[in-house]
Amino acid sequence: MGAIITLSLLGIFILYLGLYKAKNALLPVSILGLLLALGFQGYYWTVEAVPLYKGMVLFDHFALSFSILCIALTVLILLLSKEYFKAISDHVAEYYTLILFSLTGAILVCSYHNFAMLFIGLEIMSVALYILAGIRRNDKASNEASLKYFLMGAFSTGLLLFGITLLYGSTGSFDLAAIKQYIIDNPSNISPMFYGGILLLLVGLCFKVGVAPFHFWTPDVYDGSPILITTFMSTVVKIASFAGFLKLFSTVLVPLNEFWTPVLLTVVIITLFIGNVSALMQTSFKRMLAYSSISHAGYMLFAILSIGPNSASGILTYSTAYGLASIIAFAALILVKRQIGSDQFESFNGLGKRNPWLALVVTVAMLSLAGIPLTAGFIGKFMMFSNVMNDYHTVLLVLAAINAAVGVYYYLRVVVHMYFMNSKEEQSIQISGNFQVVFVIAAILTIILGVYPDLILAL
Amino acid sequence: MDNLFILLLLPVLSAIVLAFVKNTSAKWIALILSLVQIGLTLPFVCSFVPDASIQFSQSWNWIESLGIRFTIGLDGISLPMLILTNGLIPLIILASFGHEQKGGFYSLIAFMQAGLVLVFVSLDAFSFYIGWEAALIPIYFICALWGEGDRIRINLKFFVYTFFGSLLMLIAIIYLYQQTGGRDMSWASISNLTLTDGAQNWVFWAFFIAFAIKIPLFPLHSWQPDTYTHAPSTGTMLLSGIMLKMGLFGLLRWLLPVVPEAIGRYGQIALIMGIVGVVYGSIIAFKMKDAKRLIAYSSIAHVGLIAAGIFSLTQEGIQGAILQMINHGISVVGLFFVIDILERRCGTRDLSALGGLASKMPILAATFLIIIMGAIGLPLTNGFIGEFLLLKGIFSAPEHGILFAVIGGTTLIFGAVYMLRFFQMTMLGEIKDNNVAVTDVRGYEVLILGVIVILVILIGVLPNGLLHLSEASVSQLLQQIK
Repeated sequence: MGAIITLSLLGIFILYLGLYKAKNALLPVSILGLLLALGFQGYYWTVEAVPLYKGMVLFDHFALSFSILCIALTVLILLLSKEYFKAISDHVAEYYTLILFSLTGAILVCSYHNFAMLFIGLEIMSVALYILAGIRRNDKASNEASLKYFLMGAFSTGLLLFGITLLYGSTGSFDLAAIKQYIIDNPSNISPMFYGGILLLLVGLCFKVGVAPFHFWTPDVYDGSPILITTFMSTVVKIASFAGFLKLFSTVLVPLNEFWTPVLLTVVIITLFIGNVSALMQTSFKRMLAYSSISHAGYMLFAILSIGPNSASGILTYSTAYGLASIIAFAALILVKRQIGSDQFESFNGLGKRNPWLALVVTVAMLSLAGIPLTAGFIGKFMMFSNVMNDYHTVLLVLAAINAAVGVYYYLRVVVHMYFMNSKEEQSIQISGNFQVVFVIAAILTIILGVYPDLILAL
Repeated sequence: MDNLFILLLLPVLSAIVLAFVKNTSAKWIALILSLVQIGLTLPFVCSFVPDASIQFSQSWNWIESLGIRFTIGLDGISLPMLILTNGLIPLIILASFGHEQKGGFYSLIAFMQAGLVLVFVSLDAFSFYIGWEAALIPIYFICALWGEGDRIRINLKFFVYTFFGSLLMLIAIIYLYQQTGGRDMSWASISNLTLTDGAQNWVFWAFFIAFAIKIPLFPLHSWQPDTYTHAPSTGTMLLSGIMLKMGLFGLLRWLLPVVPEAIGRYGQIALIMGIVGVVYGSIIAFKMKDAKRLIAYSSIAHVGLIAAGIFSLTQEGIQGAILQMINHGISVVGLFFVIDILERRCGTRDLSALGGLASKMPILAATFLIIIMGAIGLPLTNGFIGEFLLLKGIFSAPEHGILFAVIGGTTLIFGAVYMLRFFQMTMLGEIKDNNVAVTDVRGYEVLILGVIVILVILIGVLPNGLLHLSEASVSQLLQQIK
């Protein structure tokens, strides 16, 4: 709970700092605040978890590990933001505030124990993002992204809320424990309304995490938003939404899995193919990452599809790997775009010669996204595959293998452009201290988790 | 000194050190480090007791929460592969001296060596898979960075093709892991599993396709000729000399003992694939004008015969396969080195543009002839022993052995035809005008060719040492299957 309060107060504090033109203090204060929040979460790790505030939130190890991941990724993203935001506009403080508010919502989504909190968390997280997506007021693409995100987001929240209402109608409670009890008490005569509620919830959550066939907003929104906001959306927001998704299905709806498994299975298969095949055809690195994030969402659904004791650690590992690699990829894109002015694959040409270390770090990130051993991405993929294997979805695994091979193709394209193609540009990119720190931390963590995954699996 | 881990550690450290060496002194550092690796390998070869047991075994807890341990060890099947890897790498590094390469190049070779050694010594499926992939990434970069022609597209095909195979293997590995109760990945427990018929069937195919792509067996070979042809000669030597043995070794270590009943059902198909590859590779090799392509197709024929020998499930067949893996590694590195010399001296490897070089390059011609005799399998060369054992094994295969042995035996005739044609078109006949000024091999080139020639004859005359290493392990493997 300390983390949520800290982050909310921090957001307001930052706004005041902006008001008093203390621009240089923004980043250090935000980082300090985030570290404090991390400290709170670390402290609660050792405390027995009980539902707080009449069962509104529950900070168990599941919620804590996901919120720690979200906060840590936000720290990395904020480290990248200093120069980036200054280049876009003068109102820098608002960026920090909105990101912090959005993060607060994300933590609520990770830790909810009551549907009211799920809804509030999702809204806090999303409303801040609607603004962030459109924060470049004079840019058409940014406005388009914001409007699309808002319309789709509002629509999906509506469906979600409808689903929650139906569950409430049949059980008389918003509390997860009470709803679970309802399922256990009435194994045979669960009302049809309840099933309708599950379907609507599923659709609403699928919208939020951006899996096919509810993915149509993702490429445009990811493409149109400022790169750093895209980074935040595709890592922190997505991971938190998955945590919320998994929590609902693993704690409450497990007994009914015969009902929703076929639906989810269809969603997963469509997602894998649409995400991968579309990513294959992109010429823009940013759009490729957007589509590949759809296919990653598909892999992460594996854990929900076959819920077991390893699901949570599987999703946690996968999200960590995916988050770290995405941050590297987007940060490199910021640098490259600043120099070349385009986010096409071609702008990475010759990077291996100009900036060998940057190219190496991006290669590590791409190998991790592709799931090659010795990177964290492989462990994530391994966990997901073994989760599904538990339930003998062998056909799904073979489809997943085909898709993973397709994935290697487009991730390697970046590597091909970096190392095997020449460009006219001779100047190497200047990488500022903050970027260097982020690159080093993310790359080293990716490799350490790939070589010694117990650090995260044992949680 | 019986710490096997050091053989993994040294290449990794070499790779890191070499990555920072910017000038051409890197080649000397790489050579010295690879010789140190041989020096570290020797104690294992000398103190190895040729029985069926697993020796120098070491095991550490790795991923405790998944019950995965890091287990390595040597037996009579993996030791020859280890000797092959660590023995060939210095030769391959030395062979690259003619191309001025920097640290990055040798760093990738050292990294690949670590992956290859891990594949051969690992005794748990997880580290086997990691080594399998870790060997693929550096060779991809070597071939795509320093290759020629349409290298980007060809190597992407190579990577995605083999990666798809390895994903199938990964699925099978995960399945086996869960069958052990989800707490154990070690080879010992996986090879002791009793699987249902259905499970054996698909695990067989998942593993087999992964290995068959890597070997490559007909009809999964389509990446191989292009990749070999367009790779730098060092890359070709690494691929054909060592890397394809990963697939053959995989058959012995991870396929035969794990799904013995499925082998009984489908082994025949695999054997036929190998035999078809022999005929197919030989016939195409005969038509090739490009020397590298010629050897690439002849390689398909050779490994086809080796795979057929493995699936004959006989003592001679499998022991012959292990011996022939080493022989093939030695001769194919020699042949590709000869091609590299010709290309550097004459500026082409097109057979029709070469000829009559024997008068200008007598030392090369003499050594080249011996290497070719080894590749064809003439008596007193290493190839003879290997092919003899393979054919004898296939001959006594359970069904249609005689037929397969007769068809497979054509490799001797075909091989003689295309190899001697290769020799004749380069070394004999009229010398072409633009090659009048070529000079003979010298210095390090003589050294490499000399070592290869000595090995060809030595193994041909005294094969017992090598055969003795694998004898007990192979017979135990065969008992396990039956």
